[in-house]
Amino acid sequence: MNAADFSYIAALLRERSGLIVTPDKIYLFETRLLPIARKHKIASLDGLIAQMRARKCEALIGEVVDAMTTNETSFFRDRHPFEAMKKTVLPGLIERRAAQKHLRIWSAACSTGQEAYSLAMMLRDDFPALAAWRIEIVGTDISPSVVARAKEGAFSTFEVQRGLPIHSLVKHFEQVGEQWRIKPELRRMVDFRLFNLLGSLAPLGQFDVVLCRNVLIYFDLPTKARVLDAIHRQLARDGALILGGAESVFGISDRYGDVAGLRGVYSPAPAAGRAMALPPLRAAV
Amino acid sequence: MNTKRICLVVDDSSAIRRVMAGFFRDLGFDVAEAATGLHAIEYCEWHTPEIIMLDWNMPVMDGISCLRVLRALDMPKRPAVVMCTTESQIAKIQEALAAGADEYIMKPFSRDVLLDKLAQLGLA
Repeated sequence: MNAADFSYIAALLRERSGLIVTPDKIYLFETRLLPIARKHKIASLDGLIAQMRARKCEALIGEVVDAMTTNETSFFRDRHPFEAMKKTVLPGLIERRAAQKHLRIWSAACSTGQEAYSLAMMLRDDFPALAAWRIEIVGTDISPSVVARAKEGAFSTFEVQRGLPIHSLVKHFEQVGEQWRIKPELRRMVDFRLFNLLGSLAPLGQFDVVLCRNVLIYFDLPTKARVLDAIHRQLARDGALILGGAESVFGISDRYGDVAGLRGVYSPAPAAGRAMALPPLRAAV
Repeated sequence: MNTKRICLVVDDSSAIRRVMAGFFRDLGFDVAEAATGLHAIEYCEWHTPEIIMLDWNMPVMDGISCLRVLRALDMPKRPAVVMCTTESQIAKIQEALAAGADEYIMKPFSRDVLLDKLAQLGLA
């Protein structure tokens, strides 16, 4: 790939999705874009980029952005954010929302939906009293193909074996041929939408918890700051933002504070963070 | 006295036993192997593995029969049993869970899947 092609595709990805691709990640183009080239009967990566530049074909460009922004995910990925949700974040919110009986959770850059469905399973299994509440889990992603897959809620045997305890598989999925499909009652708890994090977040409304994990790492500093500030506007003041293991708000946005003892969990009210986040531990309601 | 944790790998395929044994040795386990359910039972009458990786389809005594006998054995400590099999029908999984399996892996699987399952069982 020559320098001009690299600059073109890097600029395109940055403009469309905020994704920053540095020259050391050129291998990603090969692993992710060669299948698209083959599908369109184009012999090489250079040929694919030449087609994109010459024809400015939106469908082709869409496919490329889609392939480059699709990231790995699994059920209950990293475990500790889910433990933090279960032991601290949710019990506190449930106490504070007891009158409204309404919770909204956003899985930002949800990919094929495993995080959103993991949350739905956790709410069902560990907080049975919430069955009487209005629970909305919103999953968004920039990629049409993954949003479609997330809505379908069907996963391969390989996918359901990553991170998902076998008891959860048996309880929450039905077997459809070679696939495992999330049961309808769980699918109904989650609303998946096509959405660009770099656009206005206002249409999504306000959330009690935002999970935005392993997304910011792909953005440059100004974009990280912009996204964090935009999320802040959608987050209830006593809510929580959960980031990925390699991400932090510090040095990027001063609108958040840490939550003592909870790695990767941030309060949108810096001063109140410590006070709000840690209600007395109690059994799930 | 040997205080290392023991993993018992029960599978009639020597290739699978070899791969699985290597994986558990890397994690610091002592590994014992059995090619049939009956051999596994005999082993457990004298030893207490911390974890048993159990195939379903084997000669002499299959995995599900072996599991039922194992759960009826009087052992000093209850071993974690992970069924590891090509059987992937939900009815089979439910049958194994009802018989006392703690986890279930559908073959083929990757090393990451095995690590995930061990983490869920608090063993890795």
